[in-house]
Amino acid sequence: MLRSISPLFSSPLARIRALKALIWLGACLPLLRLLVLAVTDDLGANPVEFIERFTGTWALVFLLLSLSITPLRLWAGLSWLIAVRRLLGLWMFAYACVHVLSYLWLDYSFDWPDIGHDIVKHPYVLVGASAFLLTLPLAATSSQRAIRALKQRWKRLHQLVYVIAVLALLHYWWLVKKDVTEPVIYSLLFAGLMLARWWLTFERRR
Amino acid sequence: TAALAARKTTYGQDEKLTSYEDITSYNNYYEFGTGKADPAREAVLFKPAPWTIKVEGAIKQPKTLDIEQLIKLAPLEERIYRMRCVEGWSMVIPWIGLPLKALIDWAQPTGDAKYIEFVSHNDPRHMPGARLPVLDWPYVEGLRMDEAMQPLAILAVGLYGKVLPNQNGAPVRLVVPWKYGFKGAKAISTIRFVEKMPTTTWVKAGPREYGFYANVNPQVDHPRWTQSSEKRIGAGLFAGRIKTRMFNGYDEVGQLYAGMDLKKNF
Repeated sequence: MLRSISPLFSSPLARIRALKALIWLGACLPLLRLLVLAVTDDLGANPVEFIERFTGTWALVFLLLSLSITPLRLWAGLSWLIAVRRLLGLWMFAYACVHVLSYLWLDYSFDWPDIGHDIVKHPYVLVGASAFLLTLPLAATSSQRAIRALKQRWKRLHQLVYVIAVLALLHYWWLVKKDVTEPVIYSLLFAGLMLARWWLTFERRR
Repeated sequence: TAALAARKTTYGQDEKLTSYEDITSYNNYYEFGTGKADPAREAVLFKPAPWTIKVEGAIKQPKTLDIEQLIKLAPLEERIYRMRCVEGWSMVIPWIGLPLKALIDWAQPTGDAKYIEFVSHNDPRHMPGARLPVLDWPYVEGLRMDEAMQPLAILAVGLYGKVLPNQNGAPVRLVVPWKYGFKGAKAISTIRFVEKMPTTTWVKAGPREYGFYANVNPQVDHPRWTQSSEKRIGAGLFAGRIKTRMFNGYDEVGQLYAGMDLKKNF
């Protein structure tokens, strides 16, 4: 079985294509599930909260996935993995957009004075809003053309992703009422990825 | 669940009831877990009968009573109340219960009784959430004596014409509709009359976020949630928010707090 499909992955390009297809599938399935649940009225008693939590969590998952590419490349020597990082980052952005839209529209019906009040008065909303704003320049400069045009500055700019990750995790910690189990799990994953990255670059330099 | 007969009242007649399904599947009851769906799932095996409530503290003599005795203290009434959660959502629930005042009159508190403390059942063996140190167990809530005597404050033993489901606080819970939902201690096992203001569970957990009074107040924002508006459960995806009213719209309780700074005493 494996041998019969292995020619598919024989070339780096085929491998990248296959992985990209897998990412598209993995990213569309949660959205599809959300849509089905919405249509069948199965989002629970508080559907807006469900959508906000769901899309926020998936944005965080894709953020962590995109941050896992570099450690994976260094550790497993899979340098071609870099080709899928942008896709993961853009899916993080897509989920973040749906997250923010569900907050602005479904939760607050675009009531801007109320939204302004909520952002200014509640630290977790302010931190979340900041994280989202910081994703905008990254998404805007994700094209090949932007990478070429910005050269070294592109790398500096895209290091903002670490700030975004910290803000997103803080957003999660602060919104939880008392049981911090889930934010702890995501924070540990993030810390693990950062540690692995630091250790692997250190090893390579030695 | 068994049917439970009760006299109809005029409270909340014009309100659109939240569905039984939503009321019994979206619960904050940390003894059974911190997720909203946890209580409905985890409380299935919980045994609310037989049940004895200890009544003690500043009263002539300590007493106990079971649910059968409790519901004979006054005729059961249906009270349709709005319930506003501190998290910014609300429901309309047709409770069945009796005025808390009926129990207080029966208990005969002494002059030292300034506050009344409600202690919830704490059984880590049958309450998986109570095994975790999320809150300082057992759950404790309290009211000032005059608040407890207010006719709106009830001990609920049912909802929607049925015996109270486990996830909603069976067999007996407190309902104080002008306060945030967390004031409503569930599965009450001890009622204690005390002289000093009790340190309640959420005040202990976050004194900057939760106060003893916990009156619904759109002017006092919570550090996390907007309190000027709320989402009505069951209103649909695109319903938007509704304005939260002072004392959750139960203006008649205002006189209890005459001269008090409700921003300080939140």
